[in-house]
Amino acid sequence: MASVATSLHSRRETAYAAPRATQDPVWVRWLLTGVALAFLGLFLLLPLAAVFAEALRKGLGAYFASFNDPDAFSAIKLTLTAAAISVPANLVFGVAASWAIAKFSFRGKSLLITLIDLPFAVSPVISGLIYVLVFGAQGWFGPWLSDHDIKIIFAVPGIVLATIFVTFPFVARELIPLMQAQGTDEEYAAISLGASGWQTFWRVTLPNAKWGLFYGVILCNARAMGEFGAVSVVSGHIRGETNTMPLHIEILYNEYNFVAAFAVASLLAVLALVTLVLKSLVEWKHHQTNAE
Amino acid sequence: MSSRSQRSVLPGFGLTLGFTIFYLGLIVLVPLSAAFLRTFGMTWSEFVAAVASPRVLASYRVSFGASFAAASVNMGFGFLVAWVLVRYPFPGKRIVDALVDLPFALPTAVAGIALTAVYAKNGWVGQYLEPHGIKVAFSEIGVFVALTFIGLPFVVRTLQPVLEELEPELEEAAATLGAGRWQTISRVIVPQLFPALLTGFALAFARALGEYGSVVFISGNMPMRTEIAPLLIITKLEQYDYRGATAIAVVMLVASFVLLLLINLLQKWSRRYHRV
Amino acid sequence: MSVTATSITKSFGRYTALDDVSLDVGKGKLVALLGPSGSGKTTLLRIIAGLEHADAGSGAIRFHGQDVTTQPAGERGVGFVFQHYALFRHMTVFENVAFGLRVRSRHQRPSSREIAERVESLLGLVQLDGLGRRFPSQLSGGQRQRVALARALAVEPKVLLLDEPFGALDAKVRKDLRRWLRRFHDEVQLTTLFVTHDQEEALEIADEVVIMNQARVEQVGTPQEVYDRPANPFVYQFLGNVNVLRDVTAWSETGPVLDNGRLAGDGLLYVRPHEIEVHLHQPGTAGVPAVLKHVHGAGSQVQLSLELLSTREPVEVELSRAEFLALSVRGNDPVLLRLRPTHALEQDYAI
Repeated sequence: MASVATSLHSRRETAYAAPRATQDPVWVRWLLTGVALAFLGLFLLLPLAAVFAEALRKGLGAYFASFNDPDAFSAIKLTLTAAAISVPANLVFGVAASWAIAKFSFRGKSLLITLIDLPFAVSPVISGLIYVLVFGAQGWFGPWLSDHDIKIIFAVPGIVLATIFVTFPFVARELIPLMQAQGTDEEYAAISLGASGWQTFWRVTLPNAKWGLFYGVILCNARAMGEFGAVSVVSGHIRGETNTMPLHIEILYNEYNFVAAFAVASLLAVLALVTLVLKSLVEWKHHQTNAE
Repeated sequence: MSSRSQRSVLPGFGLTLGFTIFYLGLIVLVPLSAAFLRTFGMTWSEFVAAVASPRVLASYRVSFGASFAAASVNMGFGFLVAWVLVRYPFPGKRIVDALVDLPFALPTAVAGIALTAVYAKNGWVGQYLEPHGIKVAFSEIGVFVALTFIGLPFVVRTLQPVLEELEPELEEAAATLGAGRWQTISRVIVPQLFPALLTGFALAFARALGEYGSVVFISGNMPMRTEIAPLLIITKLEQYDYRGATAIAVVMLVASFVLLLLINLLQKWSRRYHRV
Repeated sequence: MSVTATSITKSFGRYTALDDVSLDVGKGKLVALLGPSGSGKTTLLRIIAGLEHADAGSGAIRFHGQDVTTQPAGERGVGFVFQHYALFRHMTVFENVAFGLRVRSRHQRPSSREIAERVESLLGLVQLDGLGRRFPSQLSGGQRQRVALARALAVEPKVLLLDEPFGALDAKVRKDLRRWLRRFHDEVQLTTLFVTHDQEEALEIADEVVIMNQARVEQVGTPQEVYDRPANPFVYQFLGNVNVLRDVTAWSETGPVLDNGRLAGDGLLYVRPHEIEVHLHQPGTAGVPAVLKHVHGAGSQVQLSLELLSTREPVEVELSRAEFLALSVRGNDPVLLRLRPTHALEQDYAI
């Protein structure tokens, strides 16, 4: 009995002991965590949940009926096409740029890196506008293009170009710091062992950079499929021809066809969630390989 | 340049750098310069008339004002979220951490209609605000809400690594010297985080300034009240007023580039104490 | 002010960092907590500072007899110097040192003139006059260490605690700074505890050394005591080189094995290299036969590496140069080894 009493007593005593210097009192922790989660819930979780709730407002039947529409189908196809072209294009660019920047030293390198980041600083609307100024009817090449019967603005090529512009930096900005950190020792070792430049790149550089590459591709793809502003400017909104999924959502929404709008939106929301899961997985994987 | 590459054993410098510059020029630099060159065709008074008419000035006010308010709120709450994510354990933390990036991953049009649904007068949140006279959707507050959403990850993601690297000894040192918890936070922690906080703010502000997709659905697009500058560019384009659109675009581009420069300087500044 | 720790236990999850540790530090002493990494020495220091708390129900920390176990770190009146200094890098040297004064409540805070005077005099004390306006990043490691010390002293602590104070410095600076710390301590007479894993450092400057291993205190004593009369095999091996010899019977015939007391253990004999004599092999002379393998050492001491003939155990012996020259032996010469009088210890089978 006595020993139980003393141990209880002393337990109470340490409960009153001062917290460690880096620890906040329990009530502060709970309060701050609560406020932070409430903020995230209000601004992130609710909108995300609303997409699915609105899409299923009239039941599963209405939800799936929304996809039984040739316009929706062609919007999905165009979105996939635009991503299928712009992601590989920027992937090739990203690999080339990071090879030149990370493995060699030359003057003007930091300017080049800043210029590569430039599209992130440009409003999506302006990203579309500049292509209109170059290829549109009143643009630099407009008369020449119309003489040769080539349509870029208000057609698929314009959509692809605008998508390439807004997703331009994604792969490069992931790869450049990663490959810079890895240095050139392994490449020199491979060359000294008789490997050719290509072999060195395929067998040494690329495997080392694969997670950064994958990470950049995931983000690039998410943005390519979801871009709205830039594509909106160059598309011309021709149903069944130049509408991507986000543009199709806008049209449905403006026609008060909310269920269909949110149904298409739900596909993009799922894409966003998949992107987040893959991104977390890559971060975890990268963390693991670095920890080894 | 060439003398350096000759010294390197690794091949492909000329090819990759050449391709990089070619592609950069083709996709980014030439089209961007088109915007600037187009305005050179305007006289000064035409330009001023295009970029300083009352409706355009009102759109700057909405864009800059709402972006500033949203970035400020994100600075406060972003600090809180980063602090909680780095310092406090709670169930589901990894999911919450991943969810912070949702605004990066969710297409802006989807975010726009979703926020509108939540904050409209019959929406999940709007129905409780409307009776109190608080109108979010189709008002200035709606613009602010959308810009807060899209800017949310920036402050969290710039602060998180800095907070993680902050040595606990600094707080312990402050504690042994007699500082209270609040003094430790305000005099030791926040000053160390300040450059990162400002960088996050500037990134969120820059992003909000150019944002279009998430705003157009929730703002109601009322000229002089909730019309943002990017929307006005589109409106001018639809009226075939290419010069007017381009002139506004140039003003916005200059603002973005100034911000970009500022962010670069900030990042240099944040490393100033780390020289050893 | 004296510092007392009474039966402190601390565990982190399933790992026990301190196991029923008690410690008594006299007023004005300079005491070293010495041990290998993971021995619990830093944890003990942090518990004394109030940066960690002992497990519920275990022990107490007293300063000058007064129980401070539940007092927060800021109220204990300790100065703590961190291994990596933990200087506030956004503040100048002056502001770092002034920090502890500036965070005081209004009615306890000195005027800014008094603060300036106090800081300047402390910077003089740690020999950093005129560097007040620099930032920590503009200082050398040794200078940063002294800023950290001045900062800890600014609040006029009653106890000074230093965690591996010289650990992050290079060898030359470390030696200078530790001698400086000794002189400094003699000047200010502040009860001081410092943690170190460097035995040379502890033995050189401490009044008293507390040797810790695996969450326990192995021995407490003056540097002379712990070096000459180690309480157990761990202390013996941790402090300096030692020969571990198996054939106790053979050795006991050569010299006074039990002269300096018995140690608990496994029946092995622990002998320092300078506690063995080397003699030329002559029939009829007592001694353990060995053969000389290598001779090295350029200074006043000469180290001999030998091998016992019976068990092929390696043995290290240290002789003065004069002794070695008088002996005139060369590699592979047979010799006889004997224990020097008064400095050998045997471990007993019994406790």
